[in-house]
Order: sequence, then structure tokens, then C-alpha cells
Amino acid sequence: MESTDSHVHHEDGHGHHDPGFWRKYVFSTDHKMIGIQYGLTSLLFMLLGFFLIALMRWSIAYPGQPVPVVGYLLHAIMGDMASPVLDPQTRELIGYAISNDLYNSFGAMHGTIMVFLAVVPLAFAAFGNYVVPLQIGAPDMAFPRLNMASYHLFLLGGLIMFASFFIPGGPAQAGWTSYSPLATSIPTDGQFYWLVAMVVIITSSLLGAVNFIATIIQLRAPGMTWMRMPFFCWAQFVTAFLLLLAFPPLEVGALLQLMDNVAGTSFYLPTGLAISTLSDVSGGGSPLLYQHLFWFLGHPEVYVLILPAMGVVSEIIANNTRKPLWGYKSLVYSVLVLGFLSFIVWAHHMYLTGMGTKISTFFQTTTMIISIPSVIILTCLFISLWGGRIRFNTPMLFALAFLPMFGIGGLTGLPLGFNYSDILLHDTYYVIGHFHYVVAPGTIFALIAGIYFWYPKMTGRYMSEFWGRVHFWCSFVFMNLTFQPMFAQGMAGMLRRMADGGVGYSIANNPDAIGGLADRYLQLNVNITLAAYALGISQIPFIINLFYSIKNGKKVESDNPWESTTLDWQTPTPPPHGNFVGPIKVVNGPYEYSVPGAKADYIPQNQKA
Amino acid sequence: MEVPYTDTNRPDTGLYNAKVGIWLFLASEVMLFGALFSAYILLRVGAMPGHWPTGLLDVGPGFVNTLVLILSSVTVVMAWASLKLNDFKKFKFYQGITVICALLFVVIKSFEYKSKFTHHDVILKDGMRVDGHLVEETDEFIVLSHPVSYPAEKGIRERAVAIKEAEHHAHEAGGDHHHEDRKIMLDDIEKRTTWGPWANTYLAIYFTLTGLHALHVIAGALVIAYFWGPGSKMWKTHPEQFANRIEVSGLFWHFVDLVWIFLFPILYLL
Repeated sequence: MESTDSHVHHEDGHGHHDPGFWRKYVFSTDHKMIGIQYGLTSLLFMLLGFFLIALMRWSIAYPGQPVPVVGYLLHAIMGDMASPVLDPQTRELIGYAISNDLYNSFGAMHGTIMVFLAVVPLAFAAFGNYVVPLQIGAPDMAFPRLNMASYHLFLLGGLIMFASFFIPGGPAQAGWTSYSPLATSIPTDGQFYWLVAMVVIITSSLLGAVNFIATIIQLRAPGMTWMRMPFFCWAQFVTAFLLLLAFPPLEVGALLQLMDNVAGTSFYLPTGLAISTLSDVSGGGSPLLYQHLFWFLGHPEVYVLILPAMGVVSEIIANNTRKPLWGYKSLVYSVLVLGFLSFIVWAHHMYLTGMGTKISTFFQTTTMIISIPSVIILTCLFISLWGGRIRFNTPMLFALAFLPMFGIGGLTGLPLGFNYSDILLHDTYYVIGHFHYVVAPGTIFALIAGIYFWYPKMTGRYMSEFWGRVHFWCSFVFMNLTFQPMFAQGMAGMLRRMADGGVGYSIANNPDAIGGLADRYLQLNVNITLAAYALGISQIPFIINLFYSIKNGKKVESDNPWESTTLDWQTPTPPPHGNFVGPIKVVNGPYEYSVPGAKADYIPQNQKA
Repeated sequence: MEVPYTDTNRPDTGLYNAKVGIWLFLASEVMLFGALFSAYILLRVGAMPGHWPTGLLDVGPGFVNTLVLILSSVTVVMAWASLKLNDFKKFKFYQGITVICALLFVVIKSFEYKSKFTHHDVILKDGMRVDGHLVEETDEFIVLSHPVSYPAEKGIRERAVAIKEAEHHAHEAGGDHHHEDRKIMLDDIEKRTTWGPWANTYLAIYFTLTGLHALHVIAGALVIAYFWGPGSKMWKTHPEQFANRIEVSGLFWHFVDLVWIFLFPILYLL
């Protein structure tokens, strides 16, 4: 079947009429359009999250100095949160710097936006929506209208979060974790916006999770048995369960904090709490309760970030090595074990809270156990490369880079999982380096790989291969230059969440103090900031490529340009409403590559060998 | 292609889509209320000795509400069974009772809420603590009915002791114990509050748990009322699908009842 021209014909054949702009792009119930909506929205939020950190990095590298150009804009929007800087001699206004309050706001919003509004929606909702129904041979999600509601709620939550930048006092300042009583005592309505936005986003994710699980259980095509499901679908399946069961406790955490802020309760406010003066609250609450509720989501959330990425990488590696994934069953069982264990490791974020050494020991043990399935998955993916005929296209480059980058992120987590070494490293830049290696060059690389990989199916055209490689190599280099030095800074004792990047703790400013920060660690602040800006600039080719190629990219030669086995490629390009041309019957496993004696080096899941 | 199994069962799972969906949703709800119950336990266990109150709530209306919800649980099943037996009139009858029960529950609950918000709790300058329902308020004094009085410093647990002693004295005096209203001058008051969620952690978790549960009752009642009224036209066109919708909304309703079965003892009795 010849692709791009033929899909028009298919649509006619199904008797679809043009639904009009609003039904097609805004109030669509088609899982593919909703996936693209999620994708574009979350990429925009990711860009916003990056801009926030770019401003914060300026403050870290050049504390107190006026922000070039953007400073005036900041002052126009946020008022004196962007503090005026005067020339020391002439006393003239020379610009606006990031105040400590503004730094805290941006820190809280960077984390919140990146986790809840950028990476999770991109990894789970965007890729899941677009790819899962196609891969299991379903015409759509099980509840298409619920799917639409889920996106709209997500957008609403995102907009509420975004609106808090424009209120007096600015957005929430208590970090993405919003620990109480700090979050209750900062005098800004931003926290209220944060909580309401989170409740809306959680509702959205609940609808999405129900939809995904129901779809995978109910709508698999005939012959698509559980063990014939592509690994990507397994990863999304487990992710959906994590969202379904881990998010409600955070919702409770947010509700109780909302009650503390609005109804004057004391869920998280202990007796005798004093913030400058003794608070007029009834007391009797427990700050630890909030942390438990938060991290009960917070840790499974880490796996929500990483599992879809592993799924994407698996698909791309199997396809571009032209051989079956090594240890498909081990991968499936590992991801199931990982999902289960992720519910009983949460308090390893809380070793320093005084919750008790016995509890710490329990969570340290489960944390070490959970590294086993993670290592199995990574090992299976590495071994899958062995003996393959590897095609080094852009998606494959990103997928290959994921493996060592995620490896670094994962292995540097072990010292944080042991409570005795965590005492040293807790709340330092080492932690920041660790989880950014997992999420940025790990998950985000995998997701970018996924965009390059499925782009031809979505649009009928490839993204530019040359600019893809430029994007990859620049991102790869600057990503490492950004995050690698943070390990050194953290081990030297530099704490996170400091607007001045640690100058206040430097040897230069505290000559008599023991363990002050040496100049070489402070100098790294500048290096990291410049690398981060270069990393941002490296994304420009990607952004242009993404939009330019919709109309001008190289056309795909067939409906299955990567010669893939899975069902998502056995459809017209782009897939019409209803996805498949005829009834689908699955007869093969997901990765029948290079089968000896076969005509081609791949056998699609719905074709007999 | 249409989405399959919207009203028929998938052979290997034996379920239609919405039924899978509602069970998953309920699993999530279990985690929601589970987290709240855990918060209740943690707050109660962590409370300072003597500071977790008991007996603040009237068991009577709570017990009536328990019966109301159990009755509605029965009628919601009967309504679905009536549809399966092709008896639309009986469906209307039973589901009508369900809706009335839901309304009754919310009305009783709101009276309970009101009685808490008008219950004043006063710490006097002489170190005594008095609480009771506000019957009169002027610029100079307030009058509380059914006052309970006890030393403030020992914590609210002392309240139960004070009530027992008062009953004991009344019994010894021979008559049935009747309460006299108590007039308190505003000048004598050190601190004054009402029994809202701000009063103490127990009332905070009481209002949060029952408030969230009441929202569930209202949402469930709206859905059930819709399918009882305008939504029931579907019975003529898609009887199978309509019965499924009644089943799914019924499953949700059972969950809401079940939550109350846990709420009643931990908030009213323990």
C-alpha cells in the first residue's frame, strides 16, 4: 500500500466527513490527536521549565548581578521579586537581579513543571496515547471522551499553575515537594494555586490511568496475547498502575495542606509551632505525615518518569539492531517487580527526618532490592546490542545514549539509598546531579528518540537526519558538561536551593570556618551555567526541525519506513480515525527480526512467516 | 471501526469496558480514602496524651445515616436486578428510594455540621474550659446551652470525665439530669472558638473525611438521579447498555456506602 496519498482514500472509504477545526484539533476524542495535543503542550511546558532554570543558573553563577535583557521583563511581570540593582558609584538603576524569593519560586516551579507538566505527560500521556492503541491493534482508547476530558483537565491544571506567576507574591516557593509547615507559612497565594492545580492534574492523570489499563486489558486485538505485547505497552501498563494507585495519597496530602492553608486546620502544624511568633493554630499535627504522603507518590513517580522511557528505548533498539530483544520475558517480569517494589521504597527520601533508624533500615533494604530489576532491564538492553546489525540513525543515537546516561544516574543513586552515606550527600548538588542524570539525559533523551522514531508515522515525513545528528551530539556533550560537575560540587558539600550558589559558605567569605567551599567548586558554577545555556541553544535545531519537517521533510517511502514488526507500523500513514484498514489478527511475537529463512529481515506481528 | 466491548463482555476477561474502568477507579478511591484513614491513625497515635477527644459527636444521627446508606445499598441492587428481570417500573421504584436515601443522608449530615459550627468552646481566665451550644449572644455575654465544664490544662480528654461525673451527680440527686444554660461574660473569656475544623486535629480529620465522603455521596446521587430521570430514556433504545450503566453507578454507590461503614465507627464510636 502506498502511503501518504492512500490515507485520504482510506478515510473516504470509511465514510468519515471532515469534523471541522474545533472537533478535530481541540475537542478531539481520537487518541492520536490527544497524544499530539499532550506532546506539544508538554514540550511547551518543558521549554518554560528550562527558561526558569536558565534564570536560576544566572543567579547561581553571578549572584546579585542584574539579569541581562530579561531582567526588565521579569520586573514588569513579577514586580520587586526581581530586585533592582544600583550602580555602586552613581546609584543609578542598572538592571534587575533575581531575589532570593524569586529564586525559591522558580526552583519550586521548575521542579513542578518539569515533573508534572512536562516529562510525565510527554512520556506517559503523549507517547502512551499515540502508540499504545496502535501497538495493541485497537481502534481507539477504551473511553475516548474520558481521554479528551483528561487532556482538558491537564491543560486546566497547567494554566492554573502558570497563572500563579502573575499574582501578587508570585508562585509557590516551598520547592516542588511543598513541605509543610514551610509551605503553609510563606505569605503568598501561590501555594493555594499550586495545590488546586495539583488536584486538577491528579484528576487528569487518574482518568488517563484508568483509560490506559482498561484499554490494554480489553482492547488487545485477537491473537495479541499478553506475551506478544511489545515491551513499550508493558512499560505503559505498569506506569498506569503506578499513577492510579500512588497519586491518590498525594491528592490527600494536597487536600490536607489546602485545609491547613484555607480552613485553619493543623494537620501538618505541630503544637508550639513558632514562625517569628507562636502561631495561633490548634496544633497537634505532624510534618512527617505530609512527607510520607508526598513521597508515597514521589517515589513511584520516579518510575513513572523512567518506565515509559525504557519502553521507547526497547522499541528503538529492537528495531535498529534488527534482532529480537534479548530476554523479553525477563524485561516483562522485571518491569512488573519494579512497579510493585516502587511502592515500598518511598521513605528513602526521608532518612534525615528523624523517623527512626529501624524504619530507615527497612527502606534501605527495599531500595537496594529495587535496583536489581532496574539492572536486569538495562543489562537486557545492553546485551540486545550484541551481534546486531546496528543502524545508527538519530533515534538510535539517542536511544544508545540513554543506556550509559541512565546507568550513571542509577548507579549514583546507590550511595543515596544507603542511609549512612546519604547523611553526607543529602540535599547537596550530588542529589541534583543524580536525578537529573536519570531524567534529563536518561528519560528526555529516550523521549526525544521516540519523537524522531514515530514522527514519520505521525506526519508521513522524516525529520532531518543531519540536524538530528547535530542536535544529538551537541545535547550529549553539553548535557554531561552540565550535570557531571554537580557530583563534585555535591561531594564537596555544596547544598542545593541556595540562590547565591554557595558563596555564603565559601572559604573566601568564611576564612575561619571548617569545611568551607573552595574556589574551584564555586568556579564550576559558571562552567555549569554556560554549559546549560549551550544545552538550551542546542535544542534550537530540534525545535525548527520539528515544525519545518511537517511540510518539508523527506517523504516516507512506505507505511513502514523503519521496517518494524509491531502493529503501529502496519497502518496507513498517518493512521486514520479507527487506525486500521481491516480487522487485525496477531500471529507473531513482537520482535520477529532476522528470522532465519524468512523473505525479509522482519515479520510483522499480523503476518504469517 | 467502533470501540469493541462497550456493551458486550470480552470473552477472555468476561467484562465490558466500563466495568473494568469502574473497578480501576475504585482501586484508586481505595488508595485515596486509605491515605486519609492512615493520616487519621498517624494523627491519633501521635497526639499528646489527653488531647485526642472522644464523644464529641452524637451517635444517634450517625447511626441513622448508617441505616439510611445500608438501605440505599439494598435498593440500588434491587434496581439493577429489576432491569435484568425486564421490570422497568420496579427499577423506577427502587432507584427512587436510593435517591431519597442519598438526599436524606446529606440533610442529616448538614444538620450535624451545623450543630458543630454553632458549638462554642471557651477557655476562661480562671483556667476552666466550657463548651456548649450558643443560644444567645450580646456585646457583653454569651449563653451556652448544655454546658460542659472542666479544667483546661488537662486537655480535651477531661471533657468525657466531666460529663460522666455530672451524670453521676444528677443520678445521685435523684432526678433526671437536666442542664441549665450558662451565661458567660465576655470579659471572663481568655480564648473562644467553635467546633469547626480549626478547633483540633480530631475535628479537622472529621470534617475532611466526612466532607470528602459527602462530596462522593452527592456526586453518586447526581449520577443515579440522572439515570433515574432523563437518562432512563436509554432503556427503550439500548436496554443492555442502560443496565450496565446502572450496574456501574451501583458499584460506585456500594463503595461510597462501604467508606461510611468504616467512617462511622472510627469517628463516632472509637
